[in-house]
Amino acid sequence: MFGETSLTQFIFGRLSFEAIPYHEPILVATFAVVALGGIAMLALITKFKLWGYLWSEWFTSVDHKKIGIMYVILALVMLMRGFADAIMMRIQQAIAFNGNEGYLNPHHYDQIFTAHGVIMIFFMAMPFVTGLMNYVVPLQIGARDVSFPFLNNFSFWMTTAGAVIIMLSLFVGEFARTGWLAYPPLSGADYSPGVGVDYYIWGLQVAGVGTTLSGINLIATIVKMRAPGMTFMKMPVFTWTSLCTNILIVATFPILTATLALLSLDRYVGTNFFTNDLGGNPMMYINLIWIWGHPEVYILVLPAFGIFSEVVATFCGKRLFGYASMVYATCVIMILSYIVWLHHFFTMGSGASVNAFFGITTMIISIPTGAKMFNWLFTMYRGRIRYEVPMLWTVGFMVTFVIGGMTGVMLAIPPADFVLHNSLFLIAHFHNVIIGGVVFGLMAGLVYWWPKAFGYKLDPFWGKMSFWFWQIGFFFAFMPLYVLGLMGVTRRVSQFEDPSLQIWFVIAAFGAFLIALGIASFVIQIIVSYLRRDLLRETSGDAWDGRTLEWSTSSPPPEYNFAFTPVVHDHDSWYDMKSRGYERPLAGFKPIHMPKNTGTGVVLAGISVVLAFALIWYIWWLAALSFIAIVAVSIGHTFNYQRDFFIPADTVAATEDARSKLLAERT
Amino acid sequence: MSETQVKENQAPQFYLTEDHHPENSTMLGFWLYLMSDCLIFAVLFATHGVLGRNYAAGPSPADLFDLKIVALNTAMLLFSSITYGFAMLQMERNARMETLFWLGVTGVFGAVFLALELYEFYHLILEGAGPTRSAFLSSFFTLVGTHGLHVTFGMIWLVTLMVQVKKHGLITENRRRLMCLSMFWHFLDVIWIGVFSFVYLLGALV
Repeated sequence: MFGETSLTQFIFGRLSFEAIPYHEPILVATFAVVALGGIAMLALITKFKLWGYLWSEWFTSVDHKKIGIMYVILALVMLMRGFADAIMMRIQQAIAFNGNEGYLNPHHYDQIFTAHGVIMIFFMAMPFVTGLMNYVVPLQIGARDVSFPFLNNFSFWMTTAGAVIIMLSLFVGEFARTGWLAYPPLSGADYSPGVGVDYYIWGLQVAGVGTTLSGINLIATIVKMRAPGMTFMKMPVFTWTSLCTNILIVATFPILTATLALLSLDRYVGTNFFTNDLGGNPMMYINLIWIWGHPEVYILVLPAFGIFSEVVATFCGKRLFGYASMVYATCVIMILSYIVWLHHFFTMGSGASVNAFFGITTMIISIPTGAKMFNWLFTMYRGRIRYEVPMLWTVGFMVTFVIGGMTGVMLAIPPADFVLHNSLFLIAHFHNVIIGGVVFGLMAGLVYWWPKAFGYKLDPFWGKMSFWFWQIGFFFAFMPLYVLGLMGVTRRVSQFEDPSLQIWFVIAAFGAFLIALGIASFVIQIIVSYLRRDLLRETSGDAWDGRTLEWSTSSPPPEYNFAFTPVVHDHDSWYDMKSRGYERPLAGFKPIHMPKNTGTGVVLAGISVVLAFALIWYIWWLAALSFIAIVAVSIGHTFNYQRDFFIPADTVAATEDARSKLLAERT
Repeated sequence: MSETQVKENQAPQFYLTEDHHPENSTMLGFWLYLMSDCLIFAVLFATHGVLGRNYAAGPSPADLFDLKIVALNTAMLLFSSITYGFAMLQMERNARMETLFWLGVTGVFGAVFLALELYEFYHLILEGAGPTRSAFLSSFFTLVGTHGLHVTFGMIWLVTLMVQVKKHGLITENRRRLMCLSMFWHFLDVIWIGVFSFVYLLGALV
């Protein structure tokens, strides 16, 4: 490792001009587009002198609402990247028949499917979920911010730093060719000597720090910062599912961190944890990574269940059917998700008894999930249903997710899994639950809470277009994969011999194009709504006749969320307040204690990118330097004792008066 | 909804007119962090449990471990936990210099622990029993080394806090920080007891 002594090797490690993929026309074109777009954006920001504003109002902000919005922006940007990978794969598989090699060589194709999985899970779904939780949970529990506001900012920037590291691999070097969980021995030093797996490891490690800390932060917030009167069984369901999700995050992400650390020791130091020789055991990695990996899918889907619960109750104008059973079902799913991991590798020879145990626990999860499904249906029963866009996503979810759930129970039967393992049937199944569950939920949540965050509703026409393209596109894209999987086609294949399979891949590619139209409609929806924001303006603060506390404050909420801390008597607390004659307080405001902004989070995350880059390319001097810098900046931060300030009572009064005027104009 | 009905007789109160101060969450948050750290150790213990007998025709624990040094090492760490406890007692009495004194003693014990551990690692590597020799040694070095790394960070944190206590006194923020470091330090002690029993004692038995 330290054997080379030449000066360039010392300065640049294994980084050289060879690392720039200028011989790959697709990547060069992508780079050109990204670079031009980036330069254009930077130029615009400079032209309109927005740097100071962005820095002081957003990047350094410790306001949970702004951090939540930044998380969602990160997620949407990464959705574009992840979807570009998806559509490239669909085109490749639709044309690579009859000796045609397609336009992606296997080396490139393998990187694309790895990047697609990693980005969609870690840098699209995770930040999206975290962003919504960050924005909504403190508002739903009547708090002014999260427990640890600085940590929140730091977590966001670490997640972003992880995304930056993954994006760097597109233009400098290569990405892993191992699949999204990087199984050894393939991901070990012998079979993946390049930088791809190192990009994977350090991208996830840096983002993992952010995820774990934000999990701790939100648990502490929900446990300690609820408004008076809000007992656990009076928390809104979204807050409940967020609590369970964050418990799962804290209970599983350390396992991922430790597992990837062991893999990096194998790669960097030459230890023998997961090697084939000297006593190593690759199965150890598969077990460990799935002990994290299975709860991870519930980390994603539980908040989506919470969103559907809020949306159904609001748009049916009824209390949620079976609130208590919904809470218990969520907790049961949380616990069960921890004891099913082995169903991901039934075929690896654990024996019939072990497989039977994990098969049964897996099937049991469908019981609480089914209970939830019936709760939503019974909430709709005899409700006055308003088919606004969030409700459409919810109904779409209920239809789609049930199909995915049933194929999941099929896969949970070990003998059936021996046939279906690693086939396209599996791919269709998990896209069915992740798109039908998580993505539809996030879309519903985004449309539902958009007016809260920005003060105007999203345009319903383009919202409906987006929904129908996604919904129909999903079925076109993934039902053929079920068929192909049953015919025995395996995943991660870039070229095919049997021409009779081609038609199914062509249909799937057509579905992917419909989804592309869905994403385009979604973008148009945001642009159109922004342009027509005066027409779509929503001044009451309660855009959908909502039931929980976030709708009691103005849209967008003031920096301090609530001028007076609310007191809660019921789990539909805002509905309770409205129906029992709540009067908005107009006087007697007090100064409000708030945390100060800080740039430490941005700085630490920035240095972390440098540290990761140095470790990936073996630039040891830079790694040591940036590591020392991280420790020094962290210590320096603790010497700052002035971290808070008071919003004067006059400012609060002025803000609240402005809202009173808006409300008066409505009537 | 009986509770709601009872309250309907009174005028419902929907907001607090006084300032609301939620309980400080730092201790809970720090506990959660410690539990997440505990899971990292759990993974390393599990890995050692699975790989700990895979000697790959290399040395076994009975060939390598010098239990006398380990016993001394353990004593150092346990003493450092007691002296940290003394520091916290002095903090309760609001005695700044005494607190600093016991923190200093804790630091010395911690440093001796680290020095003994490095001495042990150095000898193992010299004997050709480095972390790359076998899966057993990989997991041994990683588990014990991760603990040592934690103690090292604890030391850096300790020195930082001593400077801050010296500078600002035993103010609320510093008391909270001392409490956090206290939990961290005792946590590392508990982990070490696991390492001592499962890695060294059980290892030396076979």
